[in-house]
Amino acid sequence: MDAFKTLTGTAIPFGQRNVDTDVIIPAEYLKSISRSGLGRGAFKTIRFNADGSENPEAIFNQPQYKGAPILIAGDNFGCGSSREHAAWALADLGVKAIIAPSYSDIFSGNAFKNGLLAVVLPQDAVDRLLEVATEAEITIDLENQVVTTPFQDRFSFEIDPFRKHCLMNGLDEIGITLQMGDNIAAYEATQKATKPWLSGKAGIERQG
Amino acid sequence: MSNPRTLYEKIWDDHVVERRDDGTCLIYIDRHIIHEVTTPQAFEGLRATGRKLRRPDMTLAVPDHNVPTTTRIKDGKLLPIDDPESATQVATLKANCAAFGVEHIEMTAPEQGIVHVVGPEQGFTLPGTTVVCGDSHTATHGAFGALAFGIGTSEVEHVFATQTLLLKQSKPMEVRVEGSLGFSVAPKDVALAIIGEIGAAGGTGFVIEYTGSTMRDMSIEGRMTVCNMAIEGGARSGLVAPDDKTLAYFMGRPRAPKGAEWEMAAAYWRTLPSDPGATYARSVFIDATKIAPLVTWGTSPEDVAPITGVVPSPADFAEPSKQAAVEKALAYMGLTPGQRLEDVEVQDIFIGSCTNSRIEDLRAAAAVLKGRKLASNIRQALVVPGSGLVKLMAEDEGLDRIFIEAGFEWREPGCSACLGMNPDKVPSGERCASTSNRNFVGRQGPGARTHLVSPAMAAAAAVTGRLTDVRQLIG
Repeated sequence: MDAFKTLTGTAIPFGQRNVDTDVIIPAEYLKSISRSGLGRGAFKTIRFNADGSENPEAIFNQPQYKGAPILIAGDNFGCGSSREHAAWALADLGVKAIIAPSYSDIFSGNAFKNGLLAVVLPQDAVDRLLEVATEAEITIDLENQVVTTPFQDRFSFEIDPFRKHCLMNGLDEIGITLQMGDNIAAYEATQKATKPWLSGKAGIERQG
Repeated sequence: MSNPRTLYEKIWDDHVVERRDDGTCLIYIDRHIIHEVTTPQAFEGLRATGRKLRRPDMTLAVPDHNVPTTTRIKDGKLLPIDDPESATQVATLKANCAAFGVEHIEMTAPEQGIVHVVGPEQGFTLPGTTVVCGDSHTATHGAFGALAFGIGTSEVEHVFATQTLLLKQSKPMEVRVEGSLGFSVAPKDVALAIIGEIGAAGGTGFVIEYTGSTMRDMSIEGRMTVCNMAIEGGARSGLVAPDDKTLAYFMGRPRAPKGAEWEMAAAYWRTLPSDPGATYARSVFIDATKIAPLVTWGTSPEDVAPITGVVPSPADFAEPSKQAAVEKALAYMGLTPGQRLEDVEVQDIFIGSCTNSRIEDLRAAAAVLKGRKLASNIRQALVVPGSGLVKLMAEDEGLDRIFIEAGFEWREPGCSACLGMNPDKVPSGERCASTSNRNFVGRQGPGARTHLVSPAMAAAAAVTGRLTDVRQLIG
């Protein structure tokens, strides 16, 4: 995974609230068995008209925002289904960071696991950035946990220290957990003794 | 004496493998249920890194999202799935399960169905366990006092490789529902009323425990409906404390413990309910006696109104961003402010999904439909049982006859028109009274308009051809 340190770039002033994962990537795109290429279905209902033609009004289709690395959204971004395809689609679209007042819990986990930074800022800061994004680039500095603009705006944000560490170093979470293999094995041994009904081929093999 | 703890905190504490300095915990996962849509990339990840699947015995697979609900076997032969991508996903799940030693319930097995119906039905889901699945409606299993939540594909891979997840503990939130439900008011109405009250993001960062007399008196199936929609209120999990009903439900299930192990398990389960004096970070009170049969009018599950009400106006909402959202939603839904909800015509009826496809749901819908017919303007009416076993039970009770005689199509189990990954979709511009869980833009198909309702309300709409107060039809 690529390390995320500082990002300066165009931000899409999207701003909608309660954007669900069906909007980010419709179910018809969930049939792939691979992670790549989902950008073509990203925000399909917004980017395309019912007849399949591109909607020139849609913010994602405006030339200055195509391929922009930052997306600014409203609260509860990524609500709805657990589909990680939403994070894959955003990444495939070129998005590397999102700024919003809040995210669904599942989405923020999925974003993080794909190296996407999900910055949480209060609504008034997001409103200001929506304004700035129409005329200037925005900078996200993960190390110092701050979003800045060329107009001297400076918004600090909080991030889980573990997530920050993983993002900044591009670390694979499974590899980190596997280093705790002994602890997991010890837990399993205790569980087998205290809750024997939980182990054994999906509850069936031990019976009879 | 230790501090009084909530049900959630007890299950959490029992599954901590390791606590990090920053508060993140490595949590052990007891039950991993998988389906064809959110797993292929996770298996691909295992292969790419040469990692093993740590606990195949704690993993159970069943295809559900894009299986066809039409006849699957003809003249003793399995019919192929028409859509090549769906067929590939279903075949990939089966092949991956064989390669990694995971038990897989075949599409044609009588036990096949929606993951969240099958897990409990098989006794795979159990009280006090941690249950995960690459599906946000995993909260359903919380009805049994399990800590159950949806995960993304990277987390599926993490559970495959380690049987754990790195998680931050959520805050416990109590939703206390008190009082008797009115005539024809269903658990679905309770679920919608809660979301209407707290909003679609009201539970974000929380795990909800549903308490109060309404929940205690509610059937197991009803509790599943309420917990199922915890995610629509933003909470990753929703739980109900296990009680005598819960234990009775699991007694004798194929994968539930037996004999001495049952006694041991039951004794443990009885220690799980929240201690007196346990505190919640947030508490919400719902007066169940005031809940009417509800419908959604917009494109977020928080957009609810009593069936006796009218379509709201954007001006009814204080927040500018919500006003804009309502305006967009009404344009998409083709509704005008002030329009009576009972005047809204529908063309499609969907009874099914992990929210409302269990035997009790089918009984409630059949009770309304008995001796009645679909209205002439209904183009498609589907009833899709949650599992093959639910379907068989319904057929034993003669419910299939009632549905078929009314004009419904009696289908094979799966997720179906809840999200339209298989051929079951609502056509663009058509309006569906649906017992599913999401009324999002395009959820049931591009341009489809969804009104979320209870099974009895969906049946009532089928009979009149418009959104209808079921209380006018029966009683």
